[in-house]
Amino acid sequence: MNRIALFLPLALFVVLTVVLLLGLDKDPTELPSALVGEPFPVFSLPALHDANQMLDEQDLLGDVVLVNIWATWCFACRIEHAMLNQLEEQGVKVIGLNYKDNREAAIDWLKKRGDPYTFSIFDERGRLGIDLGVYGAPETYLLDAGGTIRHRRVGVVDDRVWNNEFRDLYAQLMDEKR
Amino acid sequence: MTVELGHAALIMALCLAIIQAVVPMIGSFSGHTSWMRLGHSMAVGQFVFVALSFACLATAFVQDDFSVAYVANNSNTLLPLHFKLSAVWGAHEGSLLLWSLILSGWSTAVALCSGKLPLVLSARVLSVLGAISVGFALFLLFTSNPFDRVLPIPPLEGSDLNPLLQDFGLIVHPPMLYMGYVGFSVPFAFAIAALIGGQFDSAWARWSRPWINVAWVFLTIGISLGSWWAYYELGWGGWWFWDPVENASFMPWLAGTALMHSISASEKRGVFRSWTLLLAILTFSLSLLGTFLVRSGVLTSVHAFASDPERGIFILAFLGIVVGGSLLLFALRGPTMRSVTTYSGWSRETMLLINNVLLVSSMAMILIGTLYPLLADVLGMGKISVGPPYFNFFFVPLMSGLMVCLGFAGFTRWKNTEGRALLKKGVLPSIISLVLALVLPIFMMDKLTWSNYSLTAVITLLLVLWVVTMSLEDLWLKSRGKLSSLSSLSGSYWGMLIAHIGLAVCALGVGLSTAYDAQKDLRMVPGDTTELGGYQFQFVDVKRIEGPNFIAYRGNVEVRSGGEFVVSLSPEKRNYKSGGQVMTEADIDGQLHRDLYVSLGEPLGDQAWAIRFQVKPFVRCIWLGSLLIGLGGLLAAFDKRYRRRRLQKSVNSSSEGLAFE
Repeated sequence: MNRIALFLPLALFVVLTVVLLLGLDKDPTELPSALVGEPFPVFSLPALHDANQMLDEQDLLGDVVLVNIWATWCFACRIEHAMLNQLEEQGVKVIGLNYKDNREAAIDWLKKRGDPYTFSIFDERGRLGIDLGVYGAPETYLLDAGGTIRHRRVGVVDDRVWNNEFRDLYAQLMDEKR
Repeated sequence: MTVELGHAALIMALCLAIIQAVVPMIGSFSGHTSWMRLGHSMAVGQFVFVALSFACLATAFVQDDFSVAYVANNSNTLLPLHFKLSAVWGAHEGSLLLWSLILSGWSTAVALCSGKLPLVLSARVLSVLGAISVGFALFLLFTSNPFDRVLPIPPLEGSDLNPLLQDFGLIVHPPMLYMGYVGFSVPFAFAIAALIGGQFDSAWARWSRPWINVAWVFLTIGISLGSWWAYYELGWGGWWFWDPVENASFMPWLAGTALMHSISASEKRGVFRSWTLLLAILTFSLSLLGTFLVRSGVLTSVHAFASDPERGIFILAFLGIVVGGSLLLFALRGPTMRSVTTYSGWSRETMLLINNVLLVSSMAMILIGTLYPLLADVLGMGKISVGPPYFNFFFVPLMSGLMVCLGFAGFTRWKNTEGRALLKKGVLPSIISLVLALVLPIFMMDKLTWSNYSLTAVITLLLVLWVVTMSLEDLWLKSRGKLSSLSSLSGSYWGMLIAHIGLAVCALGVGLSTAYDAQKDLRMVPGDTTELGGYQFQFVDVKRIEGPNFIAYRGNVEVRSGGEFVVSLSPEKRNYKSGGQVMTEADIDGQLHRDLYVSLGEPLGDQAWAIRFQVKPFVRCIWLGSLLIGLGGLLAAFDKRYRRRRLQKSVNSSSEGLAFE
């Protein structure tokens, strides 16, 4: 075997180490600031409950909304679900983005756990997920009435996260809208 | 006082580890026998001090010494004694101490069992192990000291162990897993010693084989315990999530499995030498990488251990030195000459090569999937995740290919196997498996419709039956149909056979439980009945009960089948007093052909509860299969020939190490 070839594993490892080193500075739960302040990406995807109904970014306009990315395979979503139901009861408009999932399983899921979503977008292949740069489910975006992303949360939204990150901003955006 | 003693013992262990790392290595070059021998006693001494340190930390837990930060964060007076003890390794600092303890244990085992090895070799092996010990001891002392005090005012009560971890699974899962992870440091050390000495004959392969097998058995058991624990403790019936922490343990397992197979070819036929060395380095590197991924917090995980960038830097630096250093050594000193022997056609060498390609591809695929979010982020592509869909998409076909090849395992010969003869032997098993695989799913259907006929089940059965019938045919031919000749077959052969059948049993569990899994989430009022998978579940009532450190609601569900009483299940919803955490404790009635799995959800008012019912056919086979795999590895590890050969070898190789300097 060629001596040069034996250096290959070392070279690969050096690349890996650099990636890991750069990765150390990144907080995996931190939002990429690039998306905040940007308009929600353009998309055209079917609704979860009706494959013939197409939804696009225009459907998110006109109200302050939360866009929540969820999937039946994501079990942190199960934990989060009760909180979303609560928010919906309090009058917060939540829109679901069902991510890389199975349609029947997802509909079934909402039937059993309650459906906090005004409507759910069905993103079977994760197209919109790629445009958004979804790190993993669950994720939650807060959009103002003009469709601009104002806040992003990677991971579960619970009472504490809502109170610390969302509540005031949400109230402020509602005021702006009026 | 105990705590200070523990801390001092750890520092002492560090000092011994430094001596163990440095002195025997110098001795091996200068030829000082006494220097080389020093490593052996240092290894034993180090083990004694780490064990003392570990015992001190355990004592602090038993005595509820909340002045120790680690104890205060992970224990509390209400915790039962056995959980206080297992809480020692329930979080970051303690699990690292356990890691150190196990590493020094393996080193001691090498020191005690190395009497037959050439002294130069054993001195270098122990020196490498000592160097790894130094790294972990420094890591413990400088970034994660379990003996740090909370002064001046210690808390009166601890904040309790994470309820998820208050379970039998936690008592045994991490030690098993670490035994496996750390055990691969031994073949790693052998590989490094071989590289330093420039000696790649079959001797190093033969010496490290039993160690690889034993470490691999522990890792196998550790991973399956982890999966079993997730199954019954996370409370919703999943058993594998492709979570980074799980992947971190699965990657070394795949690489280790590849190593086990390739080293047999290196030992017997002298082929794949560089590859085997590389795999030995890779396997242990992946164990270290797993530690890095879990401990540094670069990836989010459901297992969410404490994460801390400073620790991340330390592990990365350590990883860089150990892995980078050994790969550099490999690049500079690895064997470049072509193997003298040749092989062709469908020889065993070819099959082992295919096995290695499939296993290492699976490993690489998992590594990429695990690191992808991180990679994409670093490259500025935004944060992208890959979920179970990605892993299943690649892993299932790769493993299916592996199982097809695995059928031929026993029939192949070294050097060359005639392709036609091989195919001939496959005829009968393939007919039997095909027929059974097409017919058997019909018996699993409650109604005869095409939509009930599961393709997943057909493919699973086809692969599983193929492996089993081929293995049995091989056994039949090897024993010539006589029971008396079974006992003359070697331990390695039995090990291979049982491990391969174990993999088939495991695959059976995975495939059939996926194909026939039935589940329902329902709102139930006491008295309600529901039907699922041929069983009637009746929700009787919910009672409030008091546990040692929690209050629980315990449901009572009676299960009948065709009117006949089967079992009464009591799933619980626990509220832990100290942290206020709520835990779902599922209740499971397990039998070989099916599990009944009931978990209690949320109270919905008016005595109604959300309850999840699941019937999971053959899910138990997953863990039964893993146990068989482990048993197979164990049988192979204790094959008589290792002990015999070692004796022979020691006679003619006692001085060969020095000749190569």
